[in-house]
Amino acid sequence: MTRRPGKGRRKIALKDRLTPVLISLASVVVVFGSIAWFVGSAPQWPRIQLQFFSIEAMVEAAPGVARGFLVSLQIWLVSLVCIGIWALILAIFRAMSGPWFAPLRVFAIVYVDLFRGLPALLLVLLLGFGIPALNLPGLPREGLFWGGVALILSYSAYATEVYRSGIEAVHEGQSMAAKSLGLTQWQTLRYAILPQALRNVVPAMLNLVVALQKDVALLSVLGVRDAVREAQIYTARTFNYSSLVVAAILFLLATIPLARLTDHLQRKDRQRRLQGAL
Amino acid sequence: MHRVEIEKLTKFYGERQVLDQIDLSVSDHEVVCLIGASGSGKSTLLRCINGLTEFDEGSIRIDGVDIYDESFGRTGLYKKVGIVFQAYNLFPTMSVLGNITLAPIKVHGRPRAEAEAAAMKLLDLFGLGQYAKSYPEQLSGGQQQRVAIVRSLATEPEVLLLDEVTAALDPELIGEVLKIIHDLKQTGMTMVIVTHEMAFARDVADRVCFLDGGRIIEQGAPRELFSKPENPRTQKFLQRIIESGRLAALV
Ligand SMILES: Nc1ncnc2c1ncn2[C@@H]1O[C@H](COP(=O)(O)OP(=O)(O)OP(=O)(O)O)[C@@H](O)[C@H]1O
Ligand SMILES: [Mg+2]
Repeated sequence: MTRRPGKGRRKIALKDRLTPVLISLASVVVVFGSIAWFVGSAPQWPRIQLQFFSIEAMVEAAPGVARGFLVSLQIWLVSLVCIGIWALILAIFRAMSGPWFAPLRVFAIVYVDLFRGLPALLLVLLLGFGIPALNLPGLPREGLFWGGVALILSYSAYATEVYRSGIEAVHEGQSMAAKSLGLTQWQTLRYAILPQALRNVVPAMLNLVVALQKDVALLSVLGVRDAVREAQIYTARTFNYSSLVVAAILFLLATIPLARLTDHLQRKDRQRRLQGAL
Repeated sequence: MHRVEIEKLTKFYGERQVLDQIDLSVSDHEVVCLIGASGSGKSTLLRCINGLTEFDEGSIRIDGVDIYDESFGRTGLYKKVGIVFQAYNLFPTMSVLGNITLAPIKVHGRPRAEAEAAAMKLLDLFGLGQYAKSYPEQLSGGQQQRVAIVRSLATEPEVLLLDEVTAALDPELIGEVLKIIHDLKQTGMTMVIVTHEMAFARDVADRVCFLDGGRIIEQGAPRELFSKPENPRTQKFLQRIIESGRLAALV
């Protein structure tokens, strides 16, 4: 069953395998090296460097930005869990058929239409400033809380659609088989459909995970001291933008491996499907 | 006694009439094969029998009880009537054993240990014991289809419906599945079988029904129906199969 496509290539000489790698390396070095040289030799470069890439400023700003980045990560993780669960519930509402479940279905449809149609920033502003301003007793008043809620509301609309596409991609024969065995609608979803659907949606979900990681920065407009906010504070004090570059680097360090992982899983998924189709 | 009694069964998909006043009774231990061109309504008829598809008019009784009678409860019908599909429809995220014990445990409330022991016994009986822990995609099509048959037997049905169970298989794998069905006939299982394998129908069936345009337009013992069909449409259908070379040895 497990075929190893690489096995047949073992006989190719080491030299022949190394040559393409060396050529790629050399061309990358040449192209990016000349860009770097070109930029570096531009007359404005020292000013740019001072403004954006001042090592001194970066070191100075780093602890604050890193602390903020930890806050970003926490918001990100907590929101992810909430989105994953809430969207799954909505997708299940959506998938239940029969007249009794009509209210739940309608709720899920309206919910997705509504929150997918609104910019996340607008929701963040609306909830993050609006609800604390109401001064309602018993409700939390922190921008952090309501900003997080806004992100969860917005992203769970997308995540619901991802789950739904995963559920719909499961072949109709599966639910027919489950029904013929006497499983209830819920048991059919629970044992036959959802396990396959969840497996199907992992790559698409990871795309949302990466997107959310960046959108956590939206909460900085509420004064939440995340990475972007901390970097801005430093910038406002020193008129130097290197702190923002530090934040940028931290974001990239987190998102690029995730994006690679997504690509990898997507590729594996495609292969699995192709093999299944044979 | 009649296991299955179908009376004046009529079914529309929208404007299109798919089943037209079907009358069909199947006795205990009888094996009935349904043959007919694509789209003649064979699958629809099967799915009506175990309640997978709703019909518009007529009635279906199992052991004398209407399939929509309350005495069946929610699951009674599914326990009495099992079905196997062309595409096996095994659950890919569950092991072979998991597939087979799902309904006994979750639907019929049997203790896990008991259900697994019963499943292992069935698997061994059909020479599949070694695959209990495997996942469907690790098995050949023939093995998957045999597992699907075992899964439908796990709830001890009294009637088994088989819908073109060999149509998706490579020719060399068809035999092992057909053999199981022959074995089941030996045990006295009542079966309604939709098939395009005419030689198989001739060997296994007690009675063959030819469906055309949602009606049973001819039926009889296989040797008679295949050797001297009376209805011109049956003649034409069988003629085409003989011409396609799939039925040289039939008559
Ligand atoms: N879910 C459905 N909705 C609408 N029409 C359907 C549906 N299922 C089947 N039909 C139609 O009903 C007719 C009978 O279909 P059915 O699947 O019972 O035929 P069949 O005899 O099993 O054919 P085949 O040999 O191709 O399996 C066909 O014309 C088909 O297009
Ligand atoms: Mg069919």
